Amino acid sequence: MRIVPFIISTVITVALVFALNKRWGKVPDLGNFLSPQTGFWQNAEGDGEDRNESLSFPALKGKASVYLDERLVPHVFADNDEDAYFVQGFLHAKYRLWQMELQTYAAAGRIAEHLGNDPKFINFDREQRRSGMVYAAENALKVFESDPESKASCDAYTAGVNAYINSLTQSTLPVEYKLLGYKPEPWSNLKIALFLKQMSKTLAGYDNDLENTATKPRLSFEDLMQLDKQIPDSLLPIVPKGTAFAAPDIVPVKPANADSLYFEKRDTASVIQVSKPNPLNGSNNWVASGKKTASGAPILCNDPHLELTFPSIWYEMQITTPNVNVYGATFPGSPNVIIGFNDNIAWGVTNAQRDVRDWYEIQFKDDSRREYIYNGNWTATQFRIDTIKVKGGTDVYDSVAFTVFGPVVYDKTFSKELSKNKALALRWTAHDPSNEGLTFYKLNRAKNYDDYLAAIKTFTCPGQNFVFESRDGDIAIWQQGKFPARWYGQGVYLMPGTDSSYQWQGFIPQVENPHALNPERGFLESANQRPVDSTYPYFIPGNYITPRGISIERNLSRMNNITVDDMKALQNNLYSVMAEDARKILLHNVNEEGLSADAKKYLTTFKSWDLNTSAASTGATIYQTWMDSLKKDIWSDEWRRDSLRNPYPSEQTLVEWIHKDSAFKWIDDVNTPQHETLRDVVTQAFEKAAVQLKKDEADGKLQWAAHKDPTIFHLLKAAVPSFSRKIPVGGWSNVINAVTDTHGPSWRMIVQMSSPTEAWGVYPGGQDGNPGSKFYDNFVDTWANGKYYRLWMMKESEKTDKRIIGTLTFNRG
Amino acid sequence: MKFLLAILLTAALSFLAGLYSPWWSIAVIAFLVALLIKQPYGIAFISGFAGIFLCWGLLAFWIDLKNNHNLSHKIAQIIPLGGSPVLLILVTALVGALVGGFAAASGSSLRQR
Repeated sequence: MRIVPFIISTVITVALVFALNKRWGKVPDLGNFLSPQTGFWQNAEGDGEDRNESLSFPALKGKASVYLDERLVPHVFADNDEDAYFVQGFLHAKYRLWQMELQTYAAAGRIAEHLGNDPKFINFDREQRRSGMVYAAENALKVFESDPESKASCDAYTAGVNAYINSLTQSTLPVEYKLLGYKPEPWSNLKIALFLKQMSKTLAGYDNDLENTATKPRLSFEDLMQLDKQIPDSLLPIVPKGTAFAAPDIVPVKPANADSLYFEKRDTASVIQVSKPNPLNGSNNWVASGKKTASGAPILCNDPHLELTFPSIWYEMQITTPNVNVYGATFPGSPNVIIGFNDNIAWGVTNAQRDVRDWYEIQFKDDSRREYIYNGNWTATQFRIDTIKVKGGTDVYDSVAFTVFGPVVYDKTFSKELSKNKALALRWTAHDPSNEGLTFYKLNRAKNYDDYLAAIKTFTCPGQNFVFESRDGDIAIWQQGKFPARWYGQGVYLMPGTDSSYQWQGFIPQVENPHALNPERGFLESANQRPVDSTYPYFIPGNYITPRGISIERNLSRMNNITVDDMKALQNNLYSVMAEDARKILLHNVNEEGLSADAKKYLTTFKSWDLNTSAASTGATIYQTWMDSLKKDIWSDEWRRDSLRNPYPSEQTLVEWIHKDSAFKWIDDVNTPQHETLRDVVTQAFEKAAVQLKKDEADGKLQWAAHKDPTIFHLLKAAVPSFSRKIPVGGWSNVINAVTDTHGPSWRMIVQMSSPTEAWGVYPGGQDGNPGSKFYDNFVDTWANGKYYRLWMMKESEKTDKRIIGTLTFNRG
Repeated sequence: MKFLLAILLTAALSFLAGLYSPWWSIAVIAFLVALLIKQPYGIAFISGFAGIFLCWGLLAFWIDLKNNHNLSHKIAQIIPLGGSPVLLILVTALVGALVGGFAAASGSSLRQR
């Protein structure tokens, strides 16, 4: 042996292997990552890959077959329900495991544990736990597991997910695990509950109460109600106007001291939440009865609006057993079909937008937070000690004090720009025990209106507008959730938490929730607007969005002999009713002679704009730039809010007010000595907008889609731009085709209950979450072009159909 | 002749080992092949290098072809290679080859003269 060469070459070899086997900061262990036999190459799926598998698991009770069609949609046939849920769990894990895990880690405040030692992650985790996300999931889990059908379906689903996880090897791990350097952990029923609570946060986790409280020094309660206009003049409510409402079963009483202790008290709490849901989270749905359709059968449509991501939050599938035959969009992370149809009914959901979160100010006895004053007595808090693991860092401990109202989210130990160290407790209906999963279980099996009603009755949070149609011809909508009965103004601001007088005095009885069945006009719609007109006998504040409902209703009112193609066109409608109203006022008030040459040019284009927010439109860009500039000019002097988390009063509110009252008091800029008129601000705003538009034009961003730059991001966002896709589409949040820049219709579905059922659907993504698969994003172009796929409710006898590209057979053992 | 044999043996056996063992089994295989086949250790380095270059390079190339360069194009942006599948395959092959080369040199220098 030649010693020196041996030592040198061995040392180098060992050093190389060591270095390549280790993660260096964010850089993965390259030896593993680059190996064609264990690394990312193993995720590069080949064309013509064999998709037939024969699998056995002891947890199965019988036999199940899964037929994968050419879009990789699985059609599951099981001889019993539990096996169907096992298979659903297995499939969700097979195609979307990393996403399911990340979303439930986020819900549980475990992001720093997996993504690293970053203060942003740690604060996010702390806020999630302090907001009671895990507490809420634990409460929900107790209820799921006390219901035999829920428990059985969750147990089977969990077993299916775990069966897939246990089959994974280093090389078959999804690529995100390889990039980030962790492995999946066992799934549990608690994670199903966590997933549903994350959806609750997304849809019912938005409130402006603390931001409203911060306005108290500058705005009176009347001012606030004027600007946060709950009942717009042009509102077309979900429940047709003129519907009579029953006398309220519960009439909450305002405390005697409310004026001094609440409305007029000049609090200075100003907290900015770390992670606030997108206020645009909402949706459209509508249904037309047979008397308005060409076929005579009802047609139901739904498009939920969420953050557009890879992988998509939705996963399409069919589940068939002797007890159920259902098709639709499912949530990887939860059993059952969430939006879909069976042999007899179809259903869909839009967000109710109702405020179900209130804040209470707690007086702790001292910094230990062990006691707080409540109804004259020092009352003990309950502490939860949370351990937040941090990857590449030391564990962070957090202790959260729970009171009779709920967890104290912000206090001296966790405050973001909190003044005077106030302690703020959160009362949120998401904390209350409930079993939302049972609603979907029952809807999947429902045969008629009565079954639908029984299914949704127990749905608590997040409040949803459940639209419905049946083969019998019924159409219905019901805004279902558990909503507090409030006295006028209750909960708009932070409330005193020293006694019980400001607590919720009860909930609106379920039967009094807004609903409609088979209306004379032959259609129903909901698009996140306020559900009822001013005659509804309850104060129901919410983050309502009005324009889309107006647009949908205008169209459906004048449509007759409606076909499926008409509904496709309606879901893709780009017309802006908002712009139609606003343009009149803007043109009436702009001082044309004084405008610069550039501005005049843009004004001409604006005048001839067809009011469609199409991808190639320059009119749409001009309008929105002008409106944004006007909003800033009018609001920024008094309102000091301009971000997504603290939005200005809505465009709808502004347009209605300046239409009604050109001397609207907010027009004047308090920072200047002169008194501005509407003409002044409109013209000024346009000149400023023209400067911005000129820049955009030079950058090639004057056309609407280029201006918006819509992109579907991977869940890891800017860390992996090559996993994302740009989508050159039009639309806007207040237009039926509600695509903004990263948000929009995450699923589009149309179901005509004819014989046979004709159903169409599409989502901007693909069935396989693997970026190395051709099924990662193969639906995007179809969706972007306003097209749909025919949804195939397969019969098992069709298993030799050439659309089937693979079969998975599941056997016991 | 021996040179060619060493290369092919390294390539084939490391592929087989890689079906059941972690990635660094390429080092073990390259080491063993060089231990068994007498070569000057400079040549041994080259045959270990070439053997793994062949194994990893061909595998990556073949996978990439069947995948229509879908994933490689994306990964070649996360690893800053301008989105080039070819460069990514090259980097893959080179990383493995380096390990293989030094492991082979080590095995070869262990032999009795």
